[in-house]
Amino acid sequence: MHELSIATNIVAVAQEEAAARGVEVEAVYLRLGALAGVVVDSLLFGYEVASQGTPLEGSRLLIEEVPLTIYCPNCQAEFELAGIQSLRCPKCQELSSDIRRGKELEIVALELKEQP
Amino acid sequence: MTKSPRILEVRANVLKDNDVLARSLRERFAQTGSLVLNLVSSPGSGKTTLLRQTLLELSPRYRVAALVGDLATDNDARRLAESGAPVRQIETKTLCHLEARMIEEHLQDWDLRQIDLLFIENVGNLVCPSSWDLGEDLRVALFSTTEGEDKPLKYPTLINTADIALITKIDLAEAVEFDREAMYRNLREMRPGIEILEVSGKRGTGMAAWLERLERALQTKRSQR
Repeated sequence: MHELSIATNIVAVAQEEAAARGVEVEAVYLRLGALAGVVVDSLLFGYEVASQGTPLEGSRLLIEEVPLTIYCPNCQAEFELAGIQSLRCPKCQELSSDIRRGKELEIVALELKEQP
Repeated sequence: MTKSPRILEVRANVLKDNDVLARSLRERFAQTGSLVLNLVSSPGSGKTTLLRQTLLELSPRYRVAALVGDLATDNDARRLAESGAPVRQIETKTLCHLEARMIEEHLQDWDLRQIDLLFIENVGNLVCPSSWDLGEDLRVALFSTTEGEDKPLKYPTLINTADIALITKIDLAEAVEFDREAMYRNLREMRPGIEILEVSGKRGTGMAAWLERLERALQTKRSQR
């Protein structure tokens, strides 16, 4: 269960970004690749725990899941894969190690609290 | 009328603190020419047996050391210390993987100039260690013949970050009807071109090729200094 550690990192990084801009956070937008090795439900639960007692307590974590995408040199095109058990081009069946997307684990945006 | 939410774009890698630390570790290892290996596998794959044998066989010719991660106990460290090499246990308590800061902390009073090869035995786990860069040169994933050939398919994220796959307990292959072809196919399906070696730490099978591979990596690293 490394999701709690990852959630702790998310809270710390988001807090750092918010503090640098002097803003309060309503929600954190996260981009999560299929190959990042993170279970979404565990991460959401971890986030709740990790944010307790911090300025982010009560904020939401919004996760955009990014499918695994490879570039096939044979077809000279990118392909989104349905699963993560194979790096085979769905068109020509060649294996490709050129991963273009799917390893993301990044905060992309913060939704700010409305000022009263 | 409700105001639209204010969205502030930021771009921040969640594991940036770890990655910054891993980068600085990698720079230190480059300066001292120490080759660093991160061994990852599930519990019971034979990591400690293989590592003990590796330390024993390399220590007459090289200065070797090991950092061993476990949730609790220093049993593995004690087993490994029988090899005569400096070994230090990292007790992670509840954490299922090693992070760069733990490596840095435990290396603080070690003189890396005195170490040719440093082995990091990660916590037995095929999922969590894959996210954390420890500044290593090579990530070695161990799969034993007794675990079944579909392990790589079940844990693709780990295989995808590995440089070498070691098939351990090869001496038991026949007894457990290990399907070598299926194992190789599954490994390559997720990591095309991955280097695969077969070993038995207990019987010594394949050890020569494994040790030779390590020596070659060390020479390459030294020549880049």
